[in-house]
Amino acid sequence: MTREQVRQAILNIISDIAPDEDLASIKDEEKLRDQFDLDSMDFLDIVMELRKRFNLEVPEKDYQELVSMASSVEYLFPRLKDNELVS
Amino acid sequence: MSKDWLKGIKSAYDTIIIGSGLAGLTAANKLAKLGHKVLILEHHYNLGGLATWFKRKGGHILDISLHGFPTGMIKTCRKYWTQEIADSIVRLKNIRFDNPQFSFWTNFDKNDFTRLMKDRFGIVKETIDEFFATVRAMNFYDDLSMTTRELFEKFFPGRTDVHRLLMEPITYANGSTLDDPAITYGIVFANFMDKGVYTFKGGTNELIKKMKKELLKNGVDIRTHCMVERIVVDEDKTVQGVEVQGRMIPAKTVLSNSNILNTVQKLVGEEQFAPEFVKEVKKVRLNDSSCQVYIGLKRGETIDNVGDLLFTSQEKEFSSESLLEPETTSRTFSFYYPETRPGLNMYSIVASTNARFKDWAHLTKQEYENKKEVLIERTLDALEKYVPGVRKKVGHLEASTPMTFKRYTTHPGGVSFGTKFEGLAISKDLPRQIGGLFHAGSVGIIMSGWLGAANYGVIVANEVDKFLHSVREPQPELETVSV
Ligand SMILES: Cc1cc2nc3c(=O)[nH]c(=O)nc-3n(C[C@H](O)[C@H](O)[C@H](O)COP(=O)(O)OP(=O)(O)OC[C@H]3O[C@@H](n4cnc5c(N)ncnc54)[C@H](O)[C@@H]3O)c2cc1C
Repeated sequence: MTREQVRQAILNIISDIAPDEDLASIKDEEKLRDQFDLDSMDFLDIVMELRKRFNLEVPEKDYQELVSMASSVEYLFPRLKDNELVS
Repeated sequence: MSKDWLKGIKSAYDTIIIGSGLAGLTAANKLAKLGHKVLILEHHYNLGGLATWFKRKGGHILDISLHGFPTGMIKTCRKYWTQEIADSIVRLKNIRFDNPQFSFWTNFDKNDFTRLMKDRFGIVKETIDEFFATVRAMNFYDDLSMTTRELFEKFFPGRTDVHRLLMEPITYANGSTLDDPAITYGIVFANFMDKGVYTFKGGTNELIKKMKKELLKNGVDIRTHCMVERIVVDEDKTVQGVEVQGRMIPAKTVLSNSNILNTVQKLVGEEQFAPEFVKEVKKVRLNDSSCQVYIGLKRGETIDNVGDLLFTSQEKEFSSESLLEPETTSRTFSFYYPETRPGLNMYSIVASTNARFKDWAHLTKQEYENKKEVLIERTLDALEKYVPGVRKKVGHLEASTPMTFKRYTTHPGGVSFGTKFEGLAISKDLPRQIGGLFHAGSVGIIMSGWLGAANYGVIVANEVDKFLHSVREPQPELETVSV
């Protein structure tokens, strides 16, 4: 996967979890929580979706890496880059 | 021969869930959606655990734990159940207090509580705001040494009236007392204050019916009338499955929605755990139980709207202890108008008090029946003040006690709200003791109530899913990450 594909994959997950949010306005550098109505259960959902869609385990100590879009891509790209994107 | 309630089950499962409370059901649904093979075993004939109801002749349907939950339940139902279920959740706006210290109606949210505390109780706005900011910021990782009593004394010293306003509803909602850690109060209170109190339109039976439909759609096998006798663990301290009705059903993981103490001491057996763990388990205090009086009005009878939830008491001041007395005058009335179950056109009223198991457990049959009779009479006397002439309208009357709750849930002491705070650590530690063994359900005060139990079910489903992934045969086409 490319960086852009990783970013899109994260966006897809968030839009499934929070369908009412307008994700087009996302600012990659800002905390997701400050922009959208996301709580700790939503972050748990993101972790579960990453496991389901990409067989990727995010250990609890790394949850903080998912704080913004930019930090998520930074963290996930090296772990997903060898993944083929299956549609 | 008696009916084989296990008929048609698969030969093995990824997860067997013992118990169908909201934690068990929500975990089951999540795990099924993640692709696992799930079996729910419930000893009762209905699903739902304490989220339950019963029907009586004359068209009466009576709800046990549908008094109110926080707005967060809408999101939880949308994400882990269906949009349709979430759409049936509606707000209750008429919450009432009546006691010797104050008497008024409120819609039970932050704005209205701020107004009341300012105008009625003369508290300065800054103090109120700071109090709300403090409870809002509370979380699981906070310092546990501060009790709710200390929290109240810090913000509203000596104001027993304010303490009562803030505490009484939460004591009914999660059984916590002034001496429990302040976070067990703050987290739940802040959840309610966010947007008020909500209920499920259609009643508990409709909710559970919709949940069952969704579980079946997602491929979950469900068997009622099945009391799990034992969780089977091998020498390597790994779960093998469960024993039920003389049969062993193999599973990679077992998620117990039975009470945490039952799970450790009865279903698994203390001998399977490390001695230090068993020592910690012994320190876990159970929460209290409840008594309820169910009042169904005769078909055709009506009453005015006297509020949805009424917190009433004749006690001079609030005290966590006096609330538990069998003769307490402190109770909640929940009023169910025809809107609750559109189309049914019936009214019912449920009175709830907190109660101790020991006050009901050691009576002769006759004493027990008499004591229930007294409870019903005292409740009707109290209700008369708000609904004059109610006795003439009653079509069905019945009471439940901690003994009733114990019988239907198997929970020790008939607990309504699991354990005190320390129980949560035991629940979370279980998988480290025995591979593949998990617990979800009312525990630690904060994980109780409809919302707490359902969310805890998801939190634990995540752990189960992680475990199942870790023991799964490696699948080359999915192999990823060489970092
Ligand atoms: C009187 C009362 C009023 C309440 N009011 C409210 C309210 O207004 N709002 C709110 O949010 N919460 C309320 N609650 C609390 C709420 O109902 C509970 O916290 C929540 O429903 C508990 O869910 P749970 O998942 O922990 O499991 P439970 O509901 O406790 O269910 C556990 C299930 O496991 C089953 N089980 C146990 N052992 C076995 C076994 N060995 N084999 C098979 N099955 C087994 C039991 O039969 C039961 O069905 C109330 C509780 C009570 C008692």
